[in-house]
Amino acid sequence: MSVKLRQEDEQMLNGQKGPAAQMAMRIMVRMADVVDAPEMMDVSQAHIDGCGLLSETGLEFAETLAAKRAKVSIPTTLNMGPLDLQNWRQFGVSENFAAKAIRQAKAYTDMGCIPTWTCAPYQSYLTPRFGQQLAWGESNAICYANSVLGARTNRYGDFIDICAAITGRVPKCGLHLKQNRKGQILLRLVDINPAIMQSNAFFAVLGHLTGSLADDKIPVIEGLPVKASSDQLKAFCAAAASSGALALFHAIGITPEANTLEEAFQGEQPERAIDIHLSDLQKAASELSTAHEGINLDLVVLGCPHFSFDEFRQLAELIKAHKEAGQTLHPDVRFIVISSQTSYSLLQRSEFMNTLTDFGVEITLDTCMFHTPIVSKDTKVIMTNSGKCAYYAPGELSVQVAFANMAECVDSAVKGLVCKKESLWKKS
Amino acid sequence: MEKILTGKPVVAGSAEGAALVSKEPISFWGGICPRTGEIIDRRHELSGAIVTGRVFVFPQGRGSSTSSATLMESIAAGVAPAAIINLKVDPILALGSIVSDELYHQAVPIVVLKEKDFFSIKENDHLTIEPDGTVKINTPP
Repeated sequence: MSVKLRQEDEQMLNGQKGPAAQMAMRIMVRMADVVDAPEMMDVSQAHIDGCGLLSETGLEFAETLAAKRAKVSIPTTLNMGPLDLQNWRQFGVSENFAAKAIRQAKAYTDMGCIPTWTCAPYQSYLTPRFGQQLAWGESNAICYANSVLGARTNRYGDFIDICAAITGRVPKCGLHLKQNRKGQILLRLVDINPAIMQSNAFFAVLGHLTGSLADDKIPVIEGLPVKASSDQLKAFCAAAASSGALALFHAIGITPEANTLEEAFQGEQPERAIDIHLSDLQKAASELSTAHEGINLDLVVLGCPHFSFDEFRQLAELIKAHKEAGQTLHPDVRFIVISSQTSYSLLQRSEFMNTLTDFGVEITLDTCMFHTPIVSKDTKVIMTNSGKCAYYAPGELSVQVAFANMAECVDSAVKGLVCKKESLWKKS
Repeated sequence: MEKILTGKPVVAGSAEGAALVSKEPISFWGGICPRTGEIIDRRHELSGAIVTGRVFVFPQGRGSSTSSATLMESIAAGVAPAAIINLKVDPILALGSIVSDELYHQAVPIVVLKEKDFFSIKENDHLTIEPDGTVKINTPP
């Protein structure tokens, strides 16, 4: 052990603060050695990813800590979990699975975590502030917190997240330190039609491309529209943290540490500059799909990461237009939207809730397509507007996937076939 | 022919096995099935290969922060790689191995090698990993 500890750290490590803090600190100290951190530092908020996947070992880990009477020492939010805690029965989840998922949820809430159950915590509750030191899990949330909010977190994986929440301490290294947050490579958007850049799908595709281009470098993007919305940046982060390990990017004029190129690179020169043309985006978009145009569609999945109120509104408007044209959801297609309790409570107060449910949209909360068993085994082709969902679905769900924008997803759900206009990627 | 390389022990331990080599990074969650050890990332060059018992040699992890859980689950299920050799330290994978050690006293050794050494390992080389980060390579004839 080479990391320098303060007195309270030592007390945790030798068990004076109880067995849970001892186990948590022992893991933190071993991790400090892994990353060669010279000392530990405070964090003031945590977001737990480890509550998401239901596995025997993950459950045992959480229950072991809870049985040792672990308590979080800083405000701690929870990522989505393996179960829609209220509506799991109507989605046909087995009693056995649900019982274990509820045990895991209880272990985390018993430790004092806040039951936010969302993978878009930055659109929910306790949104971090600029410069705040965090221990966040969930790859898209890590990217969003660092880049869009200008808060500071490393990529905290399952299990170290709760250890950081219990101890309030993390190894002092990486993106917690300003000097490690400077841009390293420059990505320039060249001759991209501004109309294309208004679409959320553009952000998912650019994210997918950026994740694979950046490798382990911090990219700086020049040429994004200043009006980029929270949902668009969410789509970017989710895709970029799936095709790559992206934990921080800067976008000139948009993200808070990048008002200028000079600020983004902290006065240094980029290691290299890459121009991104429309053809690169077209190629990246095609990489996200494995299903062919015209194939029978079984399922549309939206809300990866969790749908916001504004995304519900956009979906309702698209559905309304089909309804007015006398079109309904194709009988062979399921349409699932995943969201958080927070966005859903706003939706319940809106006038368009019925538009969604009348169409046949099934809304599930607190959970994730990949972590809860609600996709039936005979599902072969899914469609999504999420770069992250498109990236992982073939492996995790053994399905073919078609990536498209939200309008194309609705259109295809009506027709029962994968239909993409591709207009988004055509030169005007 | 035996060759000896000196690496950094990220998670110290002893192991041996045949090398499974990839030039591509991989996300363990969404990339490896923790019940079978199969590489299920259908976009990955090793899609369909089994990591169980192999010394899995790839540049670094990427993607999901749930990869630590996937590694731990695969260790508990007995389908994990015998050891992992990377080019860069991946804290999320190290974590999965360390937490497994804390809970079950079972870890997957992880070693980081310098670029030249890393790329000198060939598919199916027999590798022996020592707790101090030494990697012995025996190339099959």
